[in-house]
Amino acid sequence: MTGGGEIPEAPPVLDGERVYRIHWVLGTDRLRAVCHCGAERDFEDPVELWEWLLGHPTGHHADPRDSAPPPDDRARILAHT
Amino acid sequence: MSAIPRNQWYVAAYSAEIEHALFARTICDAPILFWRTEAGEVVAHSDRCVHRRFPLSQAPSRLVDGAVVCGYHGFTYGADGKCVAVPGQTRVPRTARLTSYPVAELDSLVWIWIGDPGLADESRIPRATYLDAEGYTTVRGLEPLAARFSLLVDNLLDLSHETYLHGGYIGTPEVASTPITTEVDDDAGIVYVSRHMADAECPPFYAKSTGLQGRIARWQDIEYTPPCLYKLHSRIAPVGSVPNPDGTDPDAFHVEVVYAITPETEHSTHDFWMVARDFALDDEEVSAFLAENNRTVVLQDVVALDVLEQVVAREPAGYQELSINIDTGGLAARRMLARMVGEAPQNAPAAR
Repeated sequence: MTGGGEIPEAPPVLDGERVYRIHWVLGTDRLRAVCHCGAERDFEDPVELWEWLLGHPTGHHADPRDSAPPPDDRARILAHT
Repeated sequence: MSAIPRNQWYVAAYSAEIEHALFARTICDAPILFWRTEAGEVVAHSDRCVHRRFPLSQAPSRLVDGAVVCGYHGFTYGADGKCVAVPGQTRVPRTARLTSYPVAELDSLVWIWIGDPGLADESRIPRATYLDAEGYTTVRGLEPLAARFSLLVDNLLDLSHETYLHGGYIGTPEVASTPITTEVDDDAGIVYVSRHMADAECPPFYAKSTGLQGRIARWQDIEYTPPCLYKLHSRIAPVGSVPNPDGTDPDAFHVEVVYAITPETEHSTHDFWMVARDFALDDEEVSAFLAENNRTVVLQDVVALDVLEQVVAREPAGYQELSINIDTGGLAARRMLARMVGEAPQNAPAAR
């Protein structure tokens, strides 16, 4: 279900083990939901998006290529917080 | 059913508001009396005498030798809330004590725990150390909002409204048109919304305070820890400038905009606002400018949300809102708040 398209260059900030990420795909009206399990899916409705994310693991088939980066690569919460 | 989460910490006041004098404020529908003891500790108790409910903040009630004396019949309470004297008799009923509230003073804020005192854990209080730290200057205010606190949460989680409601102050066309990234950590209780504008118009709020002219890089990173503390990490820099790999960011101006969103009642809110900056620290003109302009922006929100409260309060049950991409973070916040009160709001995913 995941289409192509770039996502904003905002690096991950939260470093918990169960973080949901939602990117607004650049140049489109689509939102890309990324579950903590690595599953991804594009949506045009944020309500449907949250229902899918919170339905984990139903319908979440992680593609290894789409997995979240390893913890070491994740930025920590901004230094000035 | 109440929409106000219990067993949570809320900002009750700025530290500077509470001196060695009686101070009353309603928090989460509870009338609460505060004072600072001569030892410097802030205490909080029910603002009702156990005898005939007279407000202890109401004159001629007064503080005498560190104890509060009810202005109606003279019931007298110590800093721990225990009644130490009643009129006309020597025996003080054992049950005569005020309901006490756990309090913690951090980062120039007085936090109060609303809920079971046995569950109060100060380590759960979200921090904003720059409000009371070397290297920052902070201006602040407090506006009464005649609207439920969730309307202010909605407002602050979606900054695209700046373009329309705050045009000419903090809104520019790019805010509403730049895609956002939203992150949600349920375990930590954080909603994080990033909007990084690489090449944007500089709004007057920042042009006049930083001196930057022309186009800017403008980053807005929202960090909301429901229910109370909202932090907007605002970074303003010349176009092309990014922070160094070690985290230093010498070319940028950092403005930390903080809101404490504290329910007064189910339909009114204490709108605490603060603006901390890491530049022009001693420049009183910049302080005055930021304070005046941020208050103007806050009051623009207050006017809009006061109207919205009347709309929401009068509408029939079951009104269906429409949500679009800009609402992703707001929906996440609503979901967390719904879980805190044990229910699911309209038009937002059910709590799990």
